[in-house]
Amino acid sequence: MSDAKSYEPGQHPSLPPPKNLVGWQRWVWDNLFGTVSNTVLTLLSVYLLYLIIPGMLDYFVLDAVISANSRAECAELGKGACWAFIGDRFQVFIYGFYPAELRWRPNLAFVLLFVALAPVLYDNIPFRKYGLMFSLAFPIIAGVLMVGGVFGLEPVDTRLFGGVLLTIVIGVTGITFSLPLGILLALGRYSNLPAIKIVCTVFIEFIRGVPLITLLFVASTMLSYFLPPGTSFDLLLRVLIMVTLFASAYMAEVIRGGLQSLPKGQFEAADAMGLKYWQTMRLIVLPQALKISIPGIVNTFIGLYKDTTLVIVIGMLDVLGVAKSAVSDPVWNGLSVEIYVFVAGFFFICCFGMSRYSMYLEKKLHTGHKR
Amino acid sequence: MKLKSILVAGAALAMTATVANAATLEDVKASGELNCIVTTGLVGFAYTDANGRWNGFDVDFCRATAAAVLGDGEKVKFVPTTGKTRFTALSSGEGDILYRNTTVTMSRDADLKLTFLGVNYYDGQGFMVSKALGVTSAKQLNGASVCIQTGTTTELNLADYFRAQGMSYEPVPIETNEEARTNYLSGRCDVYTTDASGLAASRATFESPKDHILLPEIISKEPLGPAVRQGDDAWADATRWVLNALIEAEEFGITSANADEMAANPPNPTVARILGVEGNYGEMVGLDNQWALRAIKAVGNYGEIFDRNIGPNTEIGLERGLNALWTNGGILYAPPIR
Repeated sequence: MSDAKSYEPGQHPSLPPPKNLVGWQRWVWDNLFGTVSNTVLTLLSVYLLYLIIPGMLDYFVLDAVISANSRAECAELGKGACWAFIGDRFQVFIYGFYPAELRWRPNLAFVLLFVALAPVLYDNIPFRKYGLMFSLAFPIIAGVLMVGGVFGLEPVDTRLFGGVLLTIVIGVTGITFSLPLGILLALGRYSNLPAIKIVCTVFIEFIRGVPLITLLFVASTMLSYFLPPGTSFDLLLRVLIMVTLFASAYMAEVIRGGLQSLPKGQFEAADAMGLKYWQTMRLIVLPQALKISIPGIVNTFIGLYKDTTLVIVIGMLDVLGVAKSAVSDPVWNGLSVEIYVFVAGFFFICCFGMSRYSMYLEKKLHTGHKR
Repeated sequence: MKLKSILVAGAALAMTATVANAATLEDVKASGELNCIVTTGLVGFAYTDANGRWNGFDVDFCRATAAAVLGDGEKVKFVPTTGKTRFTALSSGEGDILYRNTTVTMSRDADLKLTFLGVNYYDGQGFMVSKALGVTSAKQLNGASVCIQTGTTTELNLADYFRAQGMSYEPVPIETNEEARTNYLSGRCDVYTTDASGLAASRATFESPKDHILLPEIISKEPLGPAVRQGDDAWADATRWVLNALIEAEEFGITSANADEMAANPPNPTVARILGVEGNYGEMVGLDNQWALRAIKAVGNYGEIFDRNIGPNTEIGLERGLNALWTNGGILYAPPIR
C-alpha cells in the first residue's frame, strides 16, 4: 500500500519540474527579485509607476471629456483631457481640406492600398502574380483616384490634401519609390563602371549632406525661379520627388552595407556559373543583401514616415499642421496637449506596425544566420 | 571674372523670371482663383473650422478681395505659411497676395521688394508676465528669460528695447504661438512677448487668466498689413482699394445686410461712389463697378469683420482701441473713394 512505485530501469515517467522553477514564479524571480539590485530597481520602478499612472489615468481617461462644443464647456465638465476637440475635428484631421462629397475617393484608395500591399508583404496570398501586377499599377490608380481630372472624376487640387491623408500620401510614396531607387543607387555605387559609380556616389553624398528641410524649401520656393515662367508644376508632386530622392540616398547606403557584408566568393561563384550581371544580382546577391539590410531598411522607412511632418514649414498641412491650425480656432484655443497625444498615437500605430512586420519578415527569412 | 559674369547672367535670368509674371490681376482673373497667403494658424486671424474651412480676420480680407476681383468670395485658395516662408511664397508666385499679420516695415517694403497696401490692424508689442512675479513694469525685467518668436519683427524690437534700457535678457526661441503658450505656462520663460493682440488671445485660453498681467509698456508700433509683389501696380491698386473700401464702408454705415438696399437707394454721393452707382471707380482699377458691393456683401465692412473674428463678443475679446475709425477716436482712416 505504499505510494512509492517501482519502475523498470528507463521506464520512469517524466515528472513536472518543481513549481518555483517554471511559469510566472520563475520569471518573476529571475527578472525582478533575483538579486538585491534587481529588487531595489523593481521596487523603485513600481513606485515611479504608482506616481505617474493614476495622474495620467485621471487626465486621459477618467476626467476626460468626450463631448462638448467648446474648450470652455470642456473645462466645466471635467478637469482632464478634452477629447471632444479631437472628435469635433476628426474629419479635418483625416482628410484635411479634401471636398466632403468626394471623400469616398481617398477612402477607396486607402482600401486598395491594403489590397496592393498584401501580395507584396505576404508571399502565400492566392493569385499572388495578379496581385503583384495590381500592386505595380496601384500608384497610378491611387493618383488618378485622388487627383481626378480623367474618366469623369472631378479634379481635386492637391493643395486641398491635408491631415492623415497627406501624411500617408507622402509617406507611402516615399517608401514605395525610395526602395527600388535606393537599390539602383547602391548597385551603382558598388559598380565597377567609373562613370556610374561617380554619378551615384555624388548624388548620394550630396543628398545626404543636405537636410531634408532645405530640399523641401528648394522644392517649394526656389524651383519656380529656375524653371521657365509659367511651367510651375504641382507643389505636392515636387515635395514627393524631393522626399523620395532624400529617402533613396539613405536607402542606398543601408543596402550598400548589406552588399558589402557578402563574401567575395558569392560573386565569384556566380561568375563561375556563367551568370550575367543582372542575373547575379537578382538571383544571388540582392536576396542575401536585402535580407541582411531589413532592419536598416525599415529604420529608414520609419524615419522617413516621421519626417513627413516637416512639410509644415513649406505650408503643407499634414496631420500635425492641420492640428495646429485647428487649435487656433478661438473656440478650442489652447488644447495642444490633446493634439500632440493624438498625433503621437497615430504615428506610433503606423511605425509600430512597420516595425512588427519587419520582425515577422526577419523571422521568416532567418535561414542561415540563426543563433 | 568669369565666374562673376556667370553669376550676373544667372541673376538677370532670375529677375526676368520674376518680372515675367507681373500681370497678377490678369493671371488671377484667368485662373479664376485667388491664392491668398495666410498663417498656418493664429487665433482669431486665421484658423480652420470643423469642416476644414478657413476662418478669421485676415481670411475675411482674402475673401473680400476674391469677391471684388472674381465675383465670388469662395474662390480663394489659401496658402498657409510660417513666419519664415511667407515672403518667399509671395515673391516666388505661390501666392498672389499676403494677408498674414505681417508688420509693415521699411526694410520689408524696400529690401524684400514688397508693396504694402495699407494697414488692416494696428498692433504693438507687449509683455505678459505671471502676477506671482510681482513685476509691474517692463523696466523691472532685467535678466528675465523671454519667450520670443523667431523670424519676426518682435525679436528685433525686444533686443532694441532691452539695449536701450541697459538690461539683459535670456531669449527662449520658439516657433509658434502654441509653443510659446506651453513654454510660458510651464515656466520655461518668465515673460512672453509678442503683439498685444496675440498676448490677449493667448491669455484668454489660460486656466486662470487673472493670474497673468500685460505690462503697460507697448514697445513698438506693429501696423499689420497686406502686401503684394513689388512692380505690379495694377494689382496693388486693385487690392489696396478693396481694403480701403471696406474701411470706408464702415464709416458710411454700409453693412453686408444693407448693401443692396443702399446701392438701390444711395443716401449720399459717397455711398453711391463706393457701391458703383455713380462713377467708374471699379473700372479705374481694372475691376467692374460692383467690386466694393460684392466685397461688402461677402464679408461685411471692416467693423463687421473685426467684431465677428476678434471683437469684444468673441472668445478673444479685443477692444477696437487704435483700430476704431478716426471718427470714433481710433486711427483707422481710409483715403476717400473719389
